[in-house]
Amino acid sequence: MKQDLNKGPGYFLTRKAAMLLSLMIFIISVAASTFRKNPPTKEIRLNLAERDSIESVKAFETVYKTLMSPRCMNCHPAGDVPLQGDDSHLHAMGPKRGVDGKGVFAMKCANCHQDTNTPGLHTPPGNPEWHLPPAAMRMVFQGKSPHELARQLVDKKQNGNKDMKKLIEHADDGLVLAGWNPGEGRTLPPVSHAEFKKAWITWIQKVLMRRKNSFNLNLP
Amino acid sequence: MAKITLNINKKDYQLEADPQMPLLWAIRDLAGLKGTKYGCGVAQCGACVVHLDGEAVRSCVTKVSRATGKKVVTIEGLSETNSHPVQKAWQEVDVPQCGYCHSGQIMSAAVLLREKPNPTDQDIDDAMAGNICRCGTYLRIREAIHKAAEMQKKAPVKG
Repeated sequence: MKQDLNKGPGYFLTRKAAMLLSLMIFIISVAASTFRKNPPTKEIRLNLAERDSIESVKAFETVYKTLMSPRCMNCHPAGDVPLQGDDSHLHAMGPKRGVDGKGVFAMKCANCHQDTNTPGLHTPPGNPEWHLPPAAMRMVFQGKSPHELARQLVDKKQNGNKDMKKLIEHADDGLVLAGWNPGEGRTLPPVSHAEFKKAWITWIQKVLMRRKNSFNLNLP
Repeated sequence: MAKITLNINKKDYQLEADPQMPLLWAIRDLAGLKGTKYGCGVAQCGACVVHLDGEAVRSCVTKVSRATGKKVVTIEGLSETNSHPVQKAWQEVDVPQCGYCHSGQIMSAAVLLREKPNPTDQDIDDAMAGNICRCGTYLRIREAIHKAAEMQKKAPVKG
């Protein structure tokens, strides 16, 4: 075995001193941390804006899955032909939106859709106001991501100039309510109207209040 | 059952009917006007189209209660002498084969021409897509509507 010829008495002294020093530092560190008055905490505290944002996103999850269900989305198609059925296929006969959303020529919505549901399986559902959004305010749901739909819903240029009050009132619109009375053979939206309305109002209030505050504070 | 007055083809009919009864039943069975046909019974085929205050409603799903106080026009009342441009064009082009769906087809075409006197092929398709013809007379229907549009220009429909 090869011997290290450089190891003399001085080498051992230095090594001992280093070990002693390390030990002292360790003891001091442990003692200092033990008697520390404000130990670091793992709790994450959110400010008001962040908490609102989380509640808002959670509420919109409920809103989104409701609006994208066939009972809502079928009358908010990407094209000008409404959708039909739980699989949201194009409406048989291909009726068109028209300028006012109430159909064209001999193919107006109310020609088949009565004031109330027609009795029988898969017969035309009814409502006195049956229509699609008008051509000037198409309010498309089909194919929209949550982000895209959320932006569209609160954009006055796209939502028929509805402010927070009008948006909240819209939850009780007769045609919105009709989604929960779809007629025989059609599934209901994924949550009750009460649950939807609660989520809708929560989301609307939080998102629009945040926007207002951001505006007042001149934030981006 | 209730006593109901229906104005059909400018004539008042005093009928005893359930207000929920389909208008088609009242027209055919109570008023005795057999020109309007029963096809599917669920607003899918268009054979039963009549005009209700000028709109081409499907009488098989339209309740009698909706028609009270309004003007109902059936194929028998579209013109007094079968002289409506659509009727004349239908005869000239010899559109029908079996004919079963054609009272509905004509009533729908009449609404189209009232709202769009010079329809394009696309307008015709949009307006007539809800009227099904199992004989497949669609091309003749389209031709007849164009012809009716020409006739209408020369002799506009009154009223």
